[in-house]
Amino acid sequence: MNASAVIKKYTMTIALVVVFVFFAILTHGRLLYAQNISNLLLQNAYVLVMACGMLLCILTGGNVDLSIGATLCLVAALAAQLLSKTALGAFATIAICMAVAAGIGAWQGFWIGHMHIPPFIATLAGMFLFRGLGRVLLASKTVSIANRTFLDMFSSYITVPGIDSKVYWSALIVGIAIALALIVLTFVSRSKKARKGYEMKSAVSEYAQIIAIDVLIIAYSWQLAHYKGIPVMLLWILLVVLVFAFITSKTAFGRYFYAVGGNEKATKLSGIDTKKVYFWAYFWMSVLAGFSGLLVASRIGSVSGDTGLTYELDTIGACFIGGASAYGGSGTVSGIIVGAILLGVINQGMSIYGLDNNWQYVVKGAVLLTAVIFDVVSNHKTGKA
Amino acid sequence: MSNITKLYPGVRALDNVNLEVERGEIHAVVGENGAGKSTLMNVLSGTIPIGDYEGTILYDGHNCHFKTVRDSEALGIVIIHQELALIPELSIGENMFLGNERKGRLGIDWDETFSQAATHMKRVGLKDSPSTMIKDIGTGKQQLVEIAKALSRNVKLLILDEPTSSLNSEDSKMLLDMLIDFKKQGMTSIIISHKLSEVAYAADKITVMRDGATIETIDNTNHNIDEDRIIRGMVGRAMTDRFPKREHNVSAEIGMEVSDWCVNHPVYTEKRVVNHVSFNVHKGEIVGFSGLQGAGRTELARSIFGKSYGTAITGTLKVAGRELKLKSERDAIEAGIAYVTEDRKLNGLVLVDSVARNNTLARLEKVCHRGIIDVNMENRVAEEYKEKLRIKTPTVQQFVNNLSGGNQQKVLLSKWMFADPEVLILDEPTRGIDVGAKYEIYTIMNTLVAQGKSVVMISSELTELLGMCDRIYVMNEGQMVAEMDAADATQEKIMGAILKSDKTSTKDENKGA
Repeated sequence: MNASAVIKKYTMTIALVVVFVFFAILTHGRLLYAQNISNLLLQNAYVLVMACGMLLCILTGGNVDLSIGATLCLVAALAAQLLSKTALGAFATIAICMAVAAGIGAWQGFWIGHMHIPPFIATLAGMFLFRGLGRVLLASKTVSIANRTFLDMFSSYITVPGIDSKVYWSALIVGIAIALALIVLTFVSRSKKARKGYEMKSAVSEYAQIIAIDVLIIAYSWQLAHYKGIPVMLLWILLVVLVFAFITSKTAFGRYFYAVGGNEKATKLSGIDTKKVYFWAYFWMSVLAGFSGLLVASRIGSVSGDTGLTYELDTIGACFIGGASAYGGSGTVSGIIVGAILLGVINQGMSIYGLDNNWQYVVKGAVLLTAVIFDVVSNHKTGKA
Repeated sequence: MSNITKLYPGVRALDNVNLEVERGEIHAVVGENGAGKSTLMNVLSGTIPIGDYEGTILYDGHNCHFKTVRDSEALGIVIIHQELALIPELSIGENMFLGNERKGRLGIDWDETFSQAATHMKRVGLKDSPSTMIKDIGTGKQQLVEIAKALSRNVKLLILDEPTSSLNSEDSKMLLDMLIDFKKQGMTSIIISHKLSEVAYAADKITVMRDGATIETIDNTNHNIDEDRIIRGMVGRAMTDRFPKREHNVSAEIGMEVSDWCVNHPVYTEKRVVNHVSFNVHKGEIVGFSGLQGAGRTELARSIFGKSYGTAITGTLKVAGRELKLKSERDAIEAGIAYVTEDRKLNGLVLVDSVARNNTLARLEKVCHRGIIDVNMENRVAEEYKEKLRIKTPTVQQFVNNLSGGNQQKVLLSKWMFADPEVLILDEPTRGIDVGAKYEIYTIMNTLVAQGKSVVMISSELTELLGMCDRIYVMNEGQMVAEMDAADATQEKIMGAILKSDKTSTKDENKGA
């Protein structure tokens, strides 16, 4: 691989590094404070989680789901009301909320997949519907959540007695363990490939990549250790991201999303039920939106009618910045995670620097446009599009 | 037009073509599908811009450099494509002046638009109101609107690509008479047609094209040319060993049998596109389907393939003696039927994906364990097919859109071979690929039948059908019109069967069958 190919493949990762360094300098290092690093992912938890679902929708052909901010609000409102007005515990509440999210997903998936309602319109309708229902549920009030179990399940920090005191060493230990595990896994998979005589990437590039990731993990866990330890929310995010990364890259189910976006007719003629593919894309999208509703409700500790407003746009933006094709058929979970973090760094950097809120919108718009232009132009040059 | 050469990637669509059309004549261009007629007309009309082809166009003594259709229209050259370029949701008047709007002081002058539209419509004998929607008038009238639209642009040279393919005989005759009428007023026309009776009736000169070259120009000033004379020109080429030899080992066992199959059009549900068709294919046999474009062959194949086309499908389908009711493409694949699509780019391949991933798409479960794809196994499978079919690609991770047409076709074939069917329906398997790649595809087909599989080949190239098949079915206008042993068949016989049925079936057309 020559230099230009490397740059093209890792454009967004390079952009992320550049932007990160830029804001670190601009904020005189305040971006690097343990608290800020820890919050970077937690504040953007909803984007990271929902981007996984949005990727499925976008893969099917550049379709988006506009209703997820509203779905998030409705589910969060339901959780807040159930916890404050009923005797149901945290677990029952979570179960009911996820069932409702799944119901919303089935509703959207049915109209889009089986009735061929254009996704833009179906989800636009959903945006009004669910936002309205959410507000009705809240009776236009802000409802706060006091249930300790519920809050602990999503927004507490893990403390191991005995190890953790002023510095949360457990975080660093886990970080180092994961870093080592990655190296071992790579080694095992390479030796297995070598034994069976499969083609593999060059050892240098693969290990360089792993080491870079390891350095990041250890640095990140170092910062976590110096703040409050491992946040539970981080585990939830990792769970969702890993599951969806696995689904999209390793399963037949995930492969179908790419195929439909790449050529729907050919996919149908290959015996794949394209209706179901659309159905599941929107189903999982809503489930993840509902789950994000729980995360957001727990992190903020209260829910209002405006909870989740424009979150769909942040999510869509993260996907496109992360290299999902606006025409469908290409995009990866790792890519959109980079996109989401990039957007998060820009947000947080600007906030710490104290840039006027209005100008933040301008910057975000410019970044999104640049990313999509880059996608279109680079695809055009290689003759895809 | 002289020395026109147009290259498509891997194919020489036009090879030093010369065409001379005199002012005030009706000039017919005839030839088999893929002979290059439409391409030639696209060059002439500027649809293919200057720079994309070689050669010169002389019109009225000027050397022409058309960059867009607009440039040619400015000189009075208008092309009417086979698929009409009208917008169904707009009125006749709006369509006629689309892109050429009558401007008033503020926006469009609608009174002027509709009154001018009415004038031109009168010239083509259309009595409808110019504000009628295009979707509310029949195909015949739509064709007239296209001509009226051409008239509105002061047409001097009118090019019609298969103008009568969707018309019944009455409308066709009216259209041809109109062209003869316009000729008397000094207009020149070029018509591309498969219907030789019409060509003989209307054209003053007939140019025959074959394999991207003009073969001859026949004079027909007296309109009494023998149709066989034209057919000979269209098909008469020497057969060389363009087909690999194979043992004809047709088993007595029937691989697939279809009887009394009827299919209606998916949108115009009244229209029957496949009409009581019955055929069979034995194990180890290649059966060919001949016919013109729109004869219903693709429709037949796709309706068999898990009802992926059409409505109101009736008839019985038996594979290996068992009657099947297939509800979806998945059912068909599982029953051992594969349909290798006609248009590999549009319906066949996921172009923005790798060779390996295309290879396994139709039967992904074969490389899966509990829904999880074994990527290494997938790559190994793709490597195997790459070797076996000699697909030229640096790696199986290469995106399909970077491959040549012939190699794309091989990827498509490998995808369906991987699905491991008993019956393969190949729809135009060699369209748009060069002779060498064709030979390799034929070899693959021979290997398949040698393994006892049944192959159905739909092709518009008669030589290929004659060279490859054991038996040939001929379809026309949704009906099976002939069945012959390839050994006895000749191109003249096949074309004859089609043209003969054209004459007899025109009566039925009026019934809307």
